[in-house]
Amino acid sequence: METIPYEHGLILAAILFVCGLFGVLTRRNIVFVLMSLEIMLNACGLAFVVASARWEHAEGQIMFLMILTLAAAEVAVGLGLIIQMYRRYHTVDISVLNEMKG
Amino acid sequence: MQDWIGLLPAFPLAGFLLLVLSRGRMPRRSAGLIGAGSVGLSFLLAAAICIEFLSGDGQSFQKTLWVWMQVGSLQPGFSFYLDGLSVVMILIITGVGFLIHLYSTGFMADDPGFARFFSYMNLFVASMLVLVLADNLVLLYLGWEGVGLCSYLLIGFWYDKPANGYAARKAFVVTRVGDTSMAIGLFLLFSQLDTLNIQELMTLAPQQWSSGSGIAVAAAALLLGGAVGKSAQLPLQTWLPDAMAGPTPISALIHAATMVTAGVYLIARTHVLFELAPSVQILVAFIGLATLLMAGFTALMQRDIKRILAYSTISQIGYMFLALGVGAWSAAIFHLMTHAFFKALLFLAAGTVILSLHHEHDIFRMGAMRRRLPVAFFSFVVGSAALTALPFTSGFYSKDEILLAALAHPQYGMLLWSGGVLGAFLTALYSFRLVFVVFFGSDHHADSSHGGEADHNAVVENASPAMFFPLLILGVLSLLGGLIHVPVDAVFAQGAGHEEAHASQLIHTVMILVPVFGVVISWFLYGSKPYEKAGQHMRKRLLESSLGGFLSRFWFSGWGMDTLYQFVFVRPFVALAQVNRRDVVDLLYSWIALAARIGNSAVVMTQTGNLRWYAISLVGGLVLVIGLGVWR
Repeated sequence: METIPYEHGLILAAILFVCGLFGVLTRRNIVFVLMSLEIMLNACGLAFVVASARWEHAEGQIMFLMILTLAAAEVAVGLGLIIQMYRRYHTVDISVLNEMKG
Repeated sequence: MQDWIGLLPAFPLAGFLLLVLSRGRMPRRSAGLIGAGSVGLSFLLAAAICIEFLSGDGQSFQKTLWVWMQVGSLQPGFSFYLDGLSVVMILIITGVGFLIHLYSTGFMADDPGFARFFSYMNLFVASMLVLVLADNLVLLYLGWEGVGLCSYLLIGFWYDKPANGYAARKAFVVTRVGDTSMAIGLFLLFSQLDTLNIQELMTLAPQQWSSGSGIAVAAAALLLGGAVGKSAQLPLQTWLPDAMAGPTPISALIHAATMVTAGVYLIARTHVLFELAPSVQILVAFIGLATLLMAGFTALMQRDIKRILAYSTISQIGYMFLALGVGAWSAAIFHLMTHAFFKALLFLAAGTVILSLHHEHDIFRMGAMRRRLPVAFFSFVVGSAALTALPFTSGFYSKDEILLAALAHPQYGMLLWSGGVLGAFLTALYSFRLVFVVFFGSDHHADSSHGGEADHNAVVENASPAMFFPLLILGVLSLLGGLIHVPVDAVFAQGAGHEEAHASQLIHTVMILVPVFGVVISWFLYGSKPYEKAGQHMRKRLLESSLGGFLSRFWFSGWGMDTLYQFVFVRPFVALAQVNRRDVVDLLYSWIALAARIGNSAVVMTQTGNLRWYAISLVGGLVLVIGLGVWR
């Protein structure tokens, strides 16, 4: 059976991570920021899965399950915060929330 | 009884604490009872200890209460050392101290700070007892600074007058000069001999140092510095006349009988060091001689009754230094004791006069007081006779011993002796000038408005037994104190260099006649009825001649020492302070503060509140850290 070399998997994970990071840094709409964060989390998960396949350890899979749970919880809280933000400011532009400064 | 020696300073200390903690809410009667009673208890204990000491074999006795601190080989303890010298000192301190406390209950009766006064007095007695009982120099230094503090507090007792506060600060600062020198002396002794226990020092020093070696001279000179400051000798004598700003019982207790003689005690206590440094020892004698002459001349011109007595104290301590300088240790302690008696008597009597005239200090505004204040008059006559060393008074015996010891000095005997005799002549002149002006002559005070009231007060003063009794006891002691033999022979046995001086009959006659001659001259100038005109004329001519006028002004100002110090020390210091108004050293620290503030504002600028900016810096930092890790 032809296996995918693990370098390829890691490169894909890195590309996904940078994409997500780019989204977090450039997007002004907070919903897209949240989505970019999800992409980053999934990139991490992919890296874990690839690594667990390469070294034949089960911990990577378990780690991915944990990340999945964490992402679900994060989305729940994040969406709740977004709704609150929209109610209060009537916008989802993240640059409006800059009142906490020195 | 000797085991209870720790209680000796504990009684007055307890009195101090009680009076301080009551914060002036205590009724006067009980405040006076605690104040005088605690010292009275101490006196009874001291008397019992003294009797036991004298009836025993005169062995010295040492008791350690606890170890004060333990730093390497430095282990000063709260340990008391009792020998002939400290027995004499504790008896003087508690005895004269108790009489003065008793007197103060009358003298200070109307003062609002009654309890405060007694609390300071008790603290003073406790510190002074610690000073003379200490068996190591660290504990002695504690007592030394304690009495300095009490002196400061009590000179400035009437603190609402700025001049009193100034006098108190002056006393504190000037004695501090000497104390610093003494502290350096202690450091030197400890670094060289590795102990500060006085008895160990006194045995170690002669073993390790040769006579006249540099280190011995340095140690003795530094200790002498401390003694000079505390005992108001040249060149640090300027604080004592100003210290008269305090209440008169304070002047009697602290600035005549006890504290100012602490320097004499210190030198007598460490006399072995001074014997190892003959050059310093002879310096002690010459400091004493110069001081006693200078103070004698100054006292001649003063108008303030207490300043006359203050200069007389400086001059009498000069005699003690003279005795110490020629190695007549026991004569110095003997004179210390008799001086404590008659000077306390004079000050207390002066206090009665001052109080009865509503705090009038100028002797030329008194006069004819002998009819109004007979008790004060007799006290003054007795005290002045002892001060002048008229035959058969206590001062006669002690001064006699000192002068004979000075004459026996192999090198400078004649010089020291004639200086001392001239000093005795001056003493007679100024002390009987005081007596004649204040108690004889015409009544200058009667013309002023409250003359009648003064009369009334005088009656009250003399009727108060608390004020009368101490005068009586001190008067008897001043007359008969010369018969007391101070039991200090054992203390100074090893260094007893001075044999009984064999003076000719002529010398003895001169020493008896000179003070009498002084009294006669002073009677002619100030006191005589038949020669009043001639005396006045003489005084006038003396004062109006150019030399006499100059000398009188010069002597009145205390030989210009205050002005000199004003120019040499105070003015430059004030000028320096003006220049350094903004504190040069502080600049460094304000630069540090400024740098911190700039750094703070720079960091504050990075906190924009912009979430994406934070994320970018987070990523940037991560990249930097990972990059550093990979690159290495």
